Amino acid sequence: MTDSPADPMAEPHTATGAPAERREGRQKVTGAARYAAEHPLPGRAHGWPLQAAVARGRVRRVDASGALEMPGVLTVLTHENAPRLNEPDDPMLAVLQDARVPHRGWQVALVVAETLEQARAGAAAVRVDYETEAHDVTLTEDHPAAYVPDEANGGQPGTRERGNPEADFDSAPVKVDAVYRVPPLHNHPMEPHASTARFDGDRLIVHTSSQGGTTVRQTLAALFGLPEERITVSAEHVGGGFGSKGTPRPDVVLAVMAARETGRPVTVALPRAQLATVVGHRAPTLQRLRLGAGRDGRLTSLIHEVTTHTSHVKEFVEQAAVPSRVMYASPHSRTLHRVTPLDVPSPSWMRAPGEAPGMYALESAMDELADALGMDPVELRIVNDTDHEPDSGDPFSSRHLVECLREGARRFDWAGRATRARAATGNVLVGSGVAAATYPVMVSPSTASAHALPDGTFVVRVNAADIGTGARTVLAQVAADALGVPLADVRTEVGNSDLPAAPLAGGSSGTASWGWAVHEACTELKDRLAAHAGPLPADGLDAHADTSGTADADSPYARHSFGAHFAEVAVDTVTGEVRVRRLLSVFAAGRILNARTARSQFIGGMTMGLGMALTESSTMDAAFGDFAERDLASYHVPVHADVPAIEAHWIEEDDPHLNPMGSKGIGEIGIVGTAAAIGNAVHHATGIRFRELPLTPDKVLTALGERHPVRPTMTA
Amino acid sequence: MKPFAYVRAGSVEEAAEAYATRPGARYLGGGTNLVDLMKLGVEEPRALIDVSRLPLDTVTELPDGSLRIGATVRNSDAAAHPAVRDRWPALSQALLAGASGQLRNTATTGGNLLQRTRCPYFQDVTKPCNKRQPGSGCGALDGVHRDHAVLGHSETCVATHPSDMAVALAALDARIELYGADGVRSVPADRFHRLPGDRPERDTEIRPGELVTGVVLPAATAGLPSLYRKARDRASYAFALASVAAVLRVEGGVVQQVGIAFGALAHRPWRAERAEAALLGAAPTRAAFEHALDLELEAARPLRDNAYKVPLARNIGVDVLTRLAPPAATDLT
Repeated sequence: MTDSPADPMAEPHTATGAPAERREGRQKVTGAARYAAEHPLPGRAHGWPLQAAVARGRVRRVDASGALEMPGVLTVLTHENAPRLNEPDDPMLAVLQDARVPHRGWQVALVVAETLEQARAGAAAVRVDYETEAHDVTLTEDHPAAYVPDEANGGQPGTRERGNPEADFDSAPVKVDAVYRVPPLHNHPMEPHASTARFDGDRLIVHTSSQGGTTVRQTLAALFGLPEERITVSAEHVGGGFGSKGTPRPDVVLAVMAARETGRPVTVALPRAQLATVVGHRAPTLQRLRLGAGRDGRLTSLIHEVTTHTSHVKEFVEQAAVPSRVMYASPHSRTLHRVTPLDVPSPSWMRAPGEAPGMYALESAMDELADALGMDPVELRIVNDTDHEPDSGDPFSSRHLVECLREGARRFDWAGRATRARAATGNVLVGSGVAAATYPVMVSPSTASAHALPDGTFVVRVNAADIGTGARTVLAQVAADALGVPLADVRTEVGNSDLPAAPLAGGSSGTASWGWAVHEACTELKDRLAAHAGPLPADGLDAHADTSGTADADSPYARHSFGAHFAEVAVDTVTGEVRVRRLLSVFAAGRILNARTARSQFIGGMTMGLGMALTESSTMDAAFGDFAERDLASYHVPVHADVPAIEAHWIEEDDPHLNPMGSKGIGEIGIVGTAAAIGNAVHHATGIRFRELPLTPDKVLTALGERHPVRPTMTA
Repeated sequence: MKPFAYVRAGSVEEAAEAYATRPGARYLGGGTNLVDLMKLGVEEPRALIDVSRLPLDTVTELPDGSLRIGATVRNSDAAAHPAVRDRWPALSQALLAGASGQLRNTATTGGNLLQRTRCPYFQDVTKPCNKRQPGSGCGALDGVHRDHAVLGHSETCVATHPSDMAVALAALDARIELYGADGVRSVPADRFHRLPGDRPERDTEIRPGELVTGVVLPAATAGLPSLYRKARDRASYAFALASVAAVLRVEGGVVQQVGIAFGALAHRPWRAERAEAALLGAAPTRAAFEHALDLELEAARPLRDNAYKVPLARNIGVDVLTRLAPPAATDLT
């Protein structure tokens, strides 16, 4: 949980804003960094979860006798013999508690064995009889079970309405009325979910791959009836999460159950195939957009209606209509969500839940509106800019969308897009597209401590999770600035629940939340040091901070990041293959605290948006109630060859209404709107409006063929 | 775990012997597919006969102008071999279009031919698949089948063969060399893989215990213009939605020799014999190519969600043949 101070010669002078190198980078590239499954404790056993092979029903009987006779198999946990859990807040964690099978892939047994291979073989030998029931996994626009929820994800109201949106739309001189479809998507972080648990006397020690160890500890304490102070949760290195590790997932519950039952350390490392069903996915959305505008391009009515699914395990509503409450001035508006519970795995957070699919639809519709108006799509967005959040009426603390659009257009040579399109030769069509981005500023209370050591160095402690973002590094930068000392003198300790409690790395809020507490602790420590005379005591001087009541205080401002994406695509008319040639984005996200790691986060989000646009989708197999893509050969995240010249830029934004660092979150905005920019570029190239992602050759070629039917050459 | 024996064979004869004496044996090449299938429970061999270190790892120019690629030559090495690149470029292109750099460094020639379909039902032991478990049904027929066959499929199986390499071998009139109890034999590459019929569990014409020892590229296609084109969902590391390999010889203004094979359309590389027959003796015009491929694809029987493959195959076929025909062919070299 510690890292070495950086070489002082390498960083003679640096603070927030500087491109400081990632502190654990060397450990990661040399393989020295330990991930949750990489703790080969003495006597460690391995658990392999067995998944339900029916889409709905009950487990009638589990015959584990064959498995138990196999070499190395220690135990088989089922709903009949697994430890009873207290009822979890998240029903996804109620594993092996009853016979119900709410969806295919639900975990119905855990085989624990000496080795991973023995556990896997044991799982294959367990016989499960099911009482099956008819299942329904198909999302439709008019499903009889659909309802309008009170709240969507993030506590957002399910419905918001102002003015007379329908009447205004009906009478608007210029209209767009279109339905957009985003398929189910999967997070698929590079490191699959994994946990290693052991009991040491009455202490529970867990290594887990999580975006928030504090929550894992709270959850385990509640589930297993243990006091929190007897649990340590370590998440030292985390190989990505994208939301799917935002809260505890079943692997950690199963590992603790198995450790308790066997008295051994147990690792449960989910195989990639299980990630399709037990750790969440981005729910599919059908989104109807109705935009009514005057001939000057000003929106008068904006109606965004979202239809999505959830599981029978819990209600999760992808809040895709929410960005339409933020983006553009419009006197009349309705934004609402409808959700249908189906026999599907539980959806959950995936990078920019709500904004990512919602802005695909809104920003595609804006492009259609620009078309209908004969207006430049950059100008259309500028015309509809607003200094007050349309839904709340609150003033924006800062909003530089227009500046992002103008700067991006300049850097991209937006003005030359028609020329570039005409210059395309052969079987390739070239087009350019633009879309806006937004993401809310979120922040949560956190605690942190700062310590001055007699040797003149400093240690900052906070149970932050570094999921690949560079949190260790940026928190050291925040501390160095607050203390007024060189970065090299500051060490950070993160990723362990014995450290001061902190919220999760999610909602693009980690750095703001942790950094605020670090800043306060360091500021107080600096004051103490100033008041201190003589050498420091042997154990140094400490300061603690808790931002409860400060970080979560109501703000009179609407606080959001904004951005603009510009994409240039090539569409091959022979194959229908779409490839992005250039992707250039400009963001306004407060103060950028580390230019190097921020750029990585931005282009990572943009690349994930490219995948959403062109390659990624999960297919719900109606007959079996299962996602067809269960590995990285079939779930197509973009590879290097898909990622073109990619550039992320930002505008220096000085916003005093945020936090002491002046930062907004940057982890998610990169994915928001990217798919729309690419889709709009495909429209510019082909003249065809695609409204369903991803834009794979089957769809594109079929549409090209319908526009230019193949000349029949046969005389049959 | 499921125990299995591991035998490292020192010679072809030893490998065949080891296979014959061990029921449930499988030959192991690079392991890039077989080991995955073992982890998934699809393959449960009782013995692995490791043939990856047999002395079959060379590319040999034969006196008659043909080229033998040993069965254990790695895909990367075959693709990079100067003779392959110069004289059978479609094969080099096909190899490089497959998998990823890491996989190509490990995968062998023989293993590439014998890899199994990536049909999701075949790879999931909790679902029906006649190929994996004869008689259990076909999940793909009415299920998720955008990637599946449009030609030569049956009610029992609509899977496709995933290899890129095998498509080029089929178009280039290569032969597959085999060693088995009956001695040495060779079969044409375009007949090595089977159509599923009512025996989809059999991917190839290989006999029990037979070992692929190499492939031979014939002199008859050496040095001719050839090309491979693959359409896919992402720019690299994706199986074909459709692919085509073609070789073309035009003399005196007419097609004298042509080989066309499609990938990802059928249970085997689909040799377009009808199209070839239509083109022989014809002028190599775009219209002739379109006509020939339309004739070929008349036999296509798309499933609910893969009709796009027919125009896709036609388009890439016409594109490749047009580029191979003079003067485009000279532009490419």
